[in-house]
Amino acid sequence: MAEENNVTGTDEVVETAEGAALPADALVVAEDVHKSFGRLEVLKGIDLQVKRGEVMCVIGPSGSGKSTFLRCINHLEKLTAGRLWVNGELMGYRQKRGRLYELRDSEIAAQRSDIGMVFQRFNLFPHLTVLGNVIEAPVQVKRVPRARATERARELLERVGLPDKAHAYPEQLSGGQQQRVAIARALAMEPSLMLFDEPTSALDPELVGEVLDVMRDLAQGGMTMVVVTHEMGFAREVGDSLVFMDDGAVVESGTPSDVLSDPRHERTRAFLSKVL
Amino acid sequence: MTSPSASADGPGSKEPTPRRSVEPITAVPVRYPERWVAAGVVLVLAAMFVNMLITNPAFNWPFMFEHMFSDPVLRGVWVTLSATVLSMIIGILLGVVLAVMRLSGNPILVSVSWLYTWFFRGVPRLVLAVLFGNIAILYSTIHIGLPFDNYWMPLLGFEGDARFFEIDVRTLLSGYAAGLLALSLSEGAYMAEIIRAGLQSVNKGQTEAAQALGMSRSRIMRRITLPQAMRVVIPPTGNETIAMLKDTALLAYVPVTIELFYQLQAIGTRTYQIFPMLVAACLWYLAITSVLMVGQYFIERRFSRSERGVRDRIVGGAH
Repeated sequence: MAEENNVTGTDEVVETAEGAALPADALVVAEDVHKSFGRLEVLKGIDLQVKRGEVMCVIGPSGSGKSTFLRCINHLEKLTAGRLWVNGELMGYRQKRGRLYELRDSEIAAQRSDIGMVFQRFNLFPHLTVLGNVIEAPVQVKRVPRARATERARELLERVGLPDKAHAYPEQLSGGQQQRVAIARALAMEPSLMLFDEPTSALDPELVGEVLDVMRDLAQGGMTMVVVTHEMGFAREVGDSLVFMDDGAVVESGTPSDVLSDPRHERTRAFLSKVL
Repeated sequence: MTSPSASADGPGSKEPTPRRSVEPITAVPVRYPERWVAAGVVLVLAAMFVNMLITNPAFNWPFMFEHMFSDPVLRGVWVTLSATVLSMIIGILLGVVLAVMRLSGNPILVSVSWLYTWFFRGVPRLVLAVLFGNIAILYSTIHIGLPFDNYWMPLLGFEGDARFFEIDVRTLLSGYAAGLLALSLSEGAYMAEIIRAGLQSVNKGQTEAAQALGMSRSRIMRRITLPQAMRVVIPPTGNETIAMLKDTALLAYVPVTIELFYQLQAIGTRTYQIFPMLVAACLWYLAITSVLMVGQYFIERRFSRSERGVRDRIVGGAH
């Protein structure tokens, strides 16, 4: 990679269970992440770090691998090569005496429960009410008592501006409302990291703002976020760092204002000239 | 952004247009003379049919009504109903297990499930019924113990066997149980395919969303995928239930003589009133099918989330 990663932070390191030395303030560490689907190489070695409390926006043309990278972070996609740590834990594997062991389904599930994810197409559970969607994972996975989970869900629905929709079904809501419920559903697990996979791309233009508002609040509350997006305004205003990906690699990264106003690479310039 | 005044001051938007008196359209409707012709033909045919029902002595209605509700027949109805319900319950449970096995990705479970479906879908139910009726020829007693004890016990120098208790197959598999087993196992194969289709109809994003929330695979199946598959699974399951009701007539070949059709036919042959009893069989099966269809309607309503009344009931129940 030609660019130095912008998030070098302090020089303090912590030792992981596998003996790897990771920067102490990094929540996500990706090391030479490769992903192939059959012959097609989608990620060609991604090195990235996301600090605690950082909001990182990832931009790039479609097919550049940004969504795939996001899905690698919570192990929805298995890496073909490289390593990825979240919160000091190697995702999907255990390393013992130099060998990698695949984790069991339940162990991967436990790792994922600390990472919230919001999808482009919301993926709310259509057979459950809004409230049912939000309390499902806390009750089923974390064994939170139903009454407490419900109370917490109501707070979250209040926070995303939908206090009166608790008993509605997803199909009765607009796209923007569904996406805000999806955010509340992810937050209900009290994750330390939130992943957003083009959260506003499937929305009517006039509904984009309400979702971005919720995300902005979340960022101001100190949540660590990785946001794959085409919303340059959001990236500039809310993002702490901006990563431009193309063809499975990080082309350029830095502060949003640097990358957006003064791109150093021809490919970044070409992309930005089309979307700005 | 357009200025809001542009549209508000647009022509004609201030004053509502004055209402003109509305004159309803009075036009001569299109005539359909062919409908009258069809109605006439149907009416004549229906009259001929009713005339036959009344005048043909072979129907012998008084005899039919007298015997249709006799004790052995009513017991037969009960046997038929219970066999339908039980074999459908076992068949559905089997089908869920087989469908989950088939989609599990575990190559051994996948092939076991495939093999099961291949066998029980391939053999006619009639043959299965007779086969299970005669299973005692194969095993007169069932021993519960460790497998292949007759080989390894002597090898290890033990005397006797490693069997803990034994059951006489003829008592375990009385005619009714054998027939029930045949119908259930066969139904399991069909239900497996129906449930597999239902599970595959659920959007992949649902599983991903549940995975991202930290749910394990088995919990996702139980809480997310199966409930959503129900909507697709229920209509063909209703079909299967009705087909099963009719297939309980095959129990006669196990043989289970207390079954409905056997009883009706027995009365018919004994009294030489064959046709009235066949009509009675038709009426009984039609009546039970109608009841089952009403049941299906309510179950479908329960599982379709677009149904308003049901939704209110679920929401109300959440308090």
